[in-house]
Amino acid sequence: MSGHVRHLYVHLPFCAHRCGYCDFVTVVGREGQHGRYVDALLAELELEHGLLAERLETVFLGGGTPTFTDGRELRRLLAALPSAAEVTVEANPETVTPALARLLRDAGVTRVSLGAQSFQPDLLRVLERRASPAVVRRAFYHLRDANFDNISLDLLHGIPGQSAAALAADIDEALALAPEHISYYELEAKQGTRFAHAHGAELVRQAEAMEGYFDLVVERLNAAGYRWYETANFCLAEADGRDLRAQHNLAYWLGRDYLGLGIGAVSTLGDQRRRNAPRLRAYLGSLAGREAPPREVEALDARTRAEERLMLGLRLDTGLPLSEARRSVDDDALGRVERLGLATLSADGNGRRTLVLTPRGRRLGGAVTVELLA
Amino acid sequence: MDQERIRNFSIIAHIDHGKSTLADRILELTNTVTGREMRAQVLDSMELERERGITIKAQAVRVTWKGHELNLIDTPGHVDFTYEVSRALQACEGAVLVVDAAQGVEAQTVANAYLAIENDLELLPLANKIDLPQADAEGAASELAGLVGDTPDHVLKVSAKTGAGVEAVLDAIVERIPPPSGDPDAPARALVFDSSYDQYRGVVAFVRVVDGRFHAREHILAMAQGTRFETEEVGFFSPTMKAADTLDAGEVGYIITGLKDVAKLRVGDTLTTQARPASEPLPGYKDVKPMVFAALFPTDSDEYPQLRDALERLRLNDASLSYEPETSQALGFGFRCGFLGLLHMEIVRERLEREFDLDLLVTAPNVAYRVEPPAGEWLEPTVAYNVTTPAGDVVEVHNPAEMPPERERVDEPYVRASIVVPKDGVGQVMELCTDRRGRFDHMEYPSPERVLLVYELPLAEIVFDFYDQLKSRTSGYAGFDYDFAGFREGELVRLDVLVGGEPVDALSLVLHRDEAYARGRALVDRLREEIPRQMFDVPVQAAIGSRVIARETIKAKRKDVLAKCYGGDITRKRKLLERQKAGKRRMKQVGAVEVPQEAFLAVLNLNDTKR
Repeated sequence: MSGHVRHLYVHLPFCAHRCGYCDFVTVVGREGQHGRYVDALLAELELEHGLLAERLETVFLGGGTPTFTDGRELRRLLAALPSAAEVTVEANPETVTPALARLLRDAGVTRVSLGAQSFQPDLLRVLERRASPAVVRRAFYHLRDANFDNISLDLLHGIPGQSAAALAADIDEALALAPEHISYYELEAKQGTRFAHAHGAELVRQAEAMEGYFDLVVERLNAAGYRWYETANFCLAEADGRDLRAQHNLAYWLGRDYLGLGIGAVSTLGDQRRRNAPRLRAYLGSLAGREAPPREVEALDARTRAEERLMLGLRLDTGLPLSEARRSVDDDALGRVERLGLATLSADGNGRRTLVLTPRGRRLGGAVTVELLA
Repeated sequence: MDQERIRNFSIIAHIDHGKSTLADRILELTNTVTGREMRAQVLDSMELERERGITIKAQAVRVTWKGHELNLIDTPGHVDFTYEVSRALQACEGAVLVVDAAQGVEAQTVANAYLAIENDLELLPLANKIDLPQADAEGAASELAGLVGDTPDHVLKVSAKTGAGVEAVLDAIVERIPPPSGDPDAPARALVFDSSYDQYRGVVAFVRVVDGRFHAREHILAMAQGTRFETEEVGFFSPTMKAADTLDAGEVGYIITGLKDVAKLRVGDTLTTQARPASEPLPGYKDVKPMVFAALFPTDSDEYPQLRDALERLRLNDASLSYEPETSQALGFGFRCGFLGLLHMEIVRERLEREFDLDLLVTAPNVAYRVEPPAGEWLEPTVAYNVTTPAGDVVEVHNPAEMPPERERVDEPYVRASIVVPKDGVGQVMELCTDRRGRFDHMEYPSPERVLLVYELPLAEIVFDFYDQLKSRTSGYAGFDYDFAGFREGELVRLDVLVGGEPVDALSLVLHRDEAYARGRALVDRLREEIPRQMFDVPVQAAIGSRVIARETIKAKRKDVLAKCYGGDITRKRKLLERQKAGKRRMKQVGAVEVPQEAFLAVLNLNDTKR
C-alpha cells in the first residue's frame, strides 16, 4: 500500500567548516559518524516508507555539505533512495572532484546545485568560504565533464563590502558558465550570529546602496535569457521542452506535501508539519532502536495553509490561483494592491482567477504579501 | 455645636512653603491623630499627591482646640488650581497665609492672598520655617504685612517642622477668625464644595452647612440640578470618616448620598431637605472656563470605553475637567479635554495612566480661540462640509483642526502674569517674555533682593514650556502665577500637516505667523524620519491653507522580499509575515499611508519642547 507523497528531502548535515552567515543545521567534525548517520537515514526512510508514492517526482539532498559526506556512504545512500525524475544534490565547489562528479552521475543524480556564492576572492573570504574563484569554475567544469546537463549556481548579493561593480562582475562570471539555473539570494545577516556581529554595521552603512542590487540581478539575468520564475530563482527557458525550474523546490512553492529525512528535516503532510529535532546524538540513538526521532509537530489548519499558499504562490511568476488562498486574502487589500500596480488578477487557461505580481510587485513581494493577508 | 464655637479656615501657601507640615502639626497638637498614626502629610492621600508633593484635592478635617471646633479645609497650591482654591475658600471664614521665611513672598502667595481677600476672608499671615539658619522672619513678616495691609508684629512666626509657635496659630484662629453666621433655624442649606466617589458607597459630598441642620436618612434635593436622594450617613473627617447624628449650621463635613452616577451631583450645588426646602440656593461657583485643550486618544483603540469611564470618574472629583468626544481620522476615537492649565493636564493624564492603567496619545495643547469667520459660505476642509456664517459671528474654537481656513479676525486669550524673580535674573526673564510676545506692564520691588514683573502674555505662549524656561533661566528661583486677562486679536495661522496629501487632523496647530515656517519645517523633518517607507512615494507637507510651506518626500521602498523560502523555512517565514501583519494593524492609517504610533508621539514630543 503506497502513500501520496512524491517529494523527498534528505538532510546531510556534515561540513568541513561552518560559514559565518550559515543558519542551517550543520555538524562540523564527527567524520567517524557518517556511516552511522546514513544507517539512521535509511532506518527513518524505512519507518516512513508508507507515506511515499510508488513513483517519486523529486529527491533533494541538502545540507550541510552533502558532498562532504564520505564517498562510500554517499554512494550507499544514493543507491538505497528511491529513484525519481529529478534527483538534486547540493555541492560545495571545493568538494567537487572528477571522481565525485562521476560518483553522483553514476548514482542517478540528475541535477547539482553548486554553492558558488561569489567569484570575488575578498568576498569569498568575508563569507568564510574555502573555495577560490578558480575552484568554483573548475568544479563547474568537472560537473559538465561528467555529463551533468542541469547545473544550478547559488550566488549571493548584499555581501558586506560588495560594490555594484563587484556584483556585476559576479553576474558576468556566472553567465559565462551558462548554468541551466541560478539561485540569487540576498545575504541575510541573522541577528545573533557571529557574522551579524562582525559585519552588521557595514551592512547598515551599505543598506541604501544595496537596495538596487536585487534590481540589477533581475535585469541582467532577464537580459541574458533567464526566466525570473521565483523571487530568488532564475532558469534558462529551454526550447526543447525541458522545464529547467527546480522541480523539487517548485513543489514547496506550489504547496505540495513532502517528506524530510535527517536531523532538523521538515515534512509537510496534509494538516501536519513536523520537524525532526536538530540533535545528532538523539537522532542516531532513536533510529538505532528503529524508533522515530524526537520531533516537533505543528498542526496546520485550513487558514494557515491558505496563508502559506499566499506567501509561496506570490513568489512565482505563474502567480497564485486565488481559489487556493481565498480565506487568507483581504479583498480590500487586493483592490489597493491592484490600484498601486503591484498585482494583476486574471483568468488562467482553466478560467481560474490567478493573482500575479507585476515586476514591481515582485520586488516588493514581502510587503505585498503582508498587505494582502486577511 | 453652637456656631460661636466653630471656626472654618484654610491654609494657603506657595508650593513647598510648608502648608502640609503645618496641617500635620495641627492634627498632632489637637490629638486628632496619635503619634502612631502620624505620617507625614496625612491629608495628601492620593499616591500622586504624595509623590509630587502637591495637593490636588480639597479635603476637610475637624479638630478641637480649647472647646472650639476647627474645620481645616485643605487647598491645592498650584496656579492651575486657583479655581479649587476659591471653591475651598468659599466654605471658610478665614485663611492662614503661609510664607517660607527663607524665601519670602512668591508669585503664588500674591495670587492666593488676592483670592482670599476677594472672598472676604480674615487673613492670618504666617512666616514659616523660622528654624532655618537662612530664615529672615522679620523680612518675611514685613513683606507679608505689606501684602495684606497689616502690621508686621501681627504676623505669626512659626516652625511647622519643630512645632514652635503652632499653638499660637491655633489660638489666633480662634481669636481672629470670625465664627460662621448662618441661621440655624432656617430651612437647611449646604454648599457642596467638593465630592469624591467611593465604589461601595457612591458619591460622597463634602459640604459646608450654612443654615439649618442635616441628618442621616433624610430626603435631600440638590437645588441646581434637581437631583433627589436619601442621605445614607452624615459625618466629618477627623481625619478619617466619623459618622455623626447631624451636621449643623456652620459645620463642615460629608454626606454619603448613595448616588451611583457621578454626573448627578455637581460641585457648587446647594443641598436642602425635601421636607422643608429652602427657597433660594446659595450663591454657587462661577463656572470656570478651561483655557488649555488637548485631545486624548487611547493608544489601543479598543480602550475607548475605558477612557470614557475613567474621564467620567475623574470629573466627579475634578469639576474643572471638561471633555467631549473627538474623532480623528488618524488616531481614531478619543476626547478633546479642557484643562485649567498645563499642570492640570499633566495630572489628569498621569492619573488616567496610573489609576486607570490606560496608555494615551495626547495632542499638542492649544488654547481657546475666538474666531470671526468671513461672512457667507465656506468649505471646511477637514470636515468636508460647507459652513455658513453670518457677518460678525464669533465662534469659539477649541481644536486647531476646526479653525476656519479664512478668518476676519482671531482673538486669543491673554494672561496677566506675575513673575517674582531675584534681581539679577530680571534681564533674562524680560528677554523670555519678549520672545513669547509678552507686553511689559510694570515692575514692583517687594524686597531689596527681588523684583515682581508683571507682563501680559498670550496664554498660547505659556502652555508649552514657559514655566520650564523660566526656571532654567533663573536657576529655579523665579516664581510665576497668572490671571486670565481677556481675549486680544492675534496674527494667527492654522498650520496643517499633510501626509500623502491627507491632512492629519490631530497634528494641526494654531500659532503665530512668524513661527509657522520653523515649526512646519521641524514637523515635516521629524515625520520624514519617523514614517517608514511605503510601497509608494509619500509626500509630507506643512501647509497654511492651500500654501505649502515645507515639503519632504518619503521615497517608496524599492525592494522588500523574503530572500528565500524552502520546505524547512515555511513556518518561520509565515510567522515572520504574521508578525509584520500584526505590526501593520497597530499602525494608524492616514489615507493610504501607514503611520506608526511612534511617529505621532515623536511629533507630539516635538511640540512639548517648542524651542
